[in-house]
Amino acid sequence: MELLRKPATIVWAALMLATCATTWLLSGNSVTPEVATVAILLIAAVKVRLVMTHFMEVRRAPLALRCVCDGWLLAVTALILTVYLV
Amino acid sequence: MSSETDEFVPVGDPKRRLPGVEGVWVFVMADMTVFGVLFGSFMLGRHQNPALFDASRHALNPNFGGVNTLILLTSSWFAALALGAVRKSRFGLAQRFIGGAFLCGLAFAVSKAIEYTEKLNAGISLLTNDFFMYYFTLTGIHLFHVVAGSVVLLVLWFKARSRSFDPQRPVVLECGAIYWHMVDLLWIILFPLLYLVR
Repeated sequence: MELLRKPATIVWAALMLATCATTWLLSGNSVTPEVATVAILLIAAVKVRLVMTHFMEVRRAPLALRCVCDGWLLAVTALILTVYLV
Repeated sequence: MSSETDEFVPVGDPKRRLPGVEGVWVFVMADMTVFGVLFGSFMLGRHQNPALFDASRHALNPNFGGVNTLILLTSSWFAALALGAVRKSRFGLAQRFIGGAFLCGLAFAVSKAIEYTEKLNAGISLLTNDFFMYYFTLTGIHLFHVVAGSVVLLVLWFKARSRSFDPQRPVVLECGAIYWHMVDLLWIILFPLLYLVR
């Protein structure tokens, strides 16, 4: 039971739910391809940030590392979305 | 049960510290930059031939990609729990968590092998078209990272068994975990890029 109350477990559960939503719900035909794709990529970016901050412990790291990690995520997400939408 | 490691630490607080060592972060960021360029390159390839990329994407089974994501996320969770256990000097528990993370890595590799076999049996290879060139190259490089990470986890499992981590500062375990989380986060982007973008 102690395991269930750990922040890492809550983050893991959120990541699992988000993965199921993007893989088996958003990939359907309920929304337009563009809306679904942008939503899927943004959810992926949020998932990556959760892994960085909580699992890689970047939230407790010096500011420089937080900036580098967020900078990488921002650059990669912007690059993918820009090429997709242009 | 909130431990010190779970608390929010304000920026500038002396309790803030770099997990692992600087070198592992340099390696991880360099690796992530290379993958970032590859992601961009894939999207540019897709931009030039969207019809081919979308038609080829349909040959992939998103269930494989989705389940593989769940496997790696669970593996990352085990690695994070192992670190927490070592910091509380619970080496037996840490060993089990590291074992769990390793088995997930193994499951990912097996699933990928099944997926590759399925594709090759259907006559799809690296040479089929640009999409599959990217598919096999990107997932192949990533799989290499998974295999290397699994070897690292195996070494960490033996180290946990011999209790050779310092609970105050388990640097080696932190470095291994950081690398393993990177393998996870790269797949989090790679999966939708190859299987879901339409």
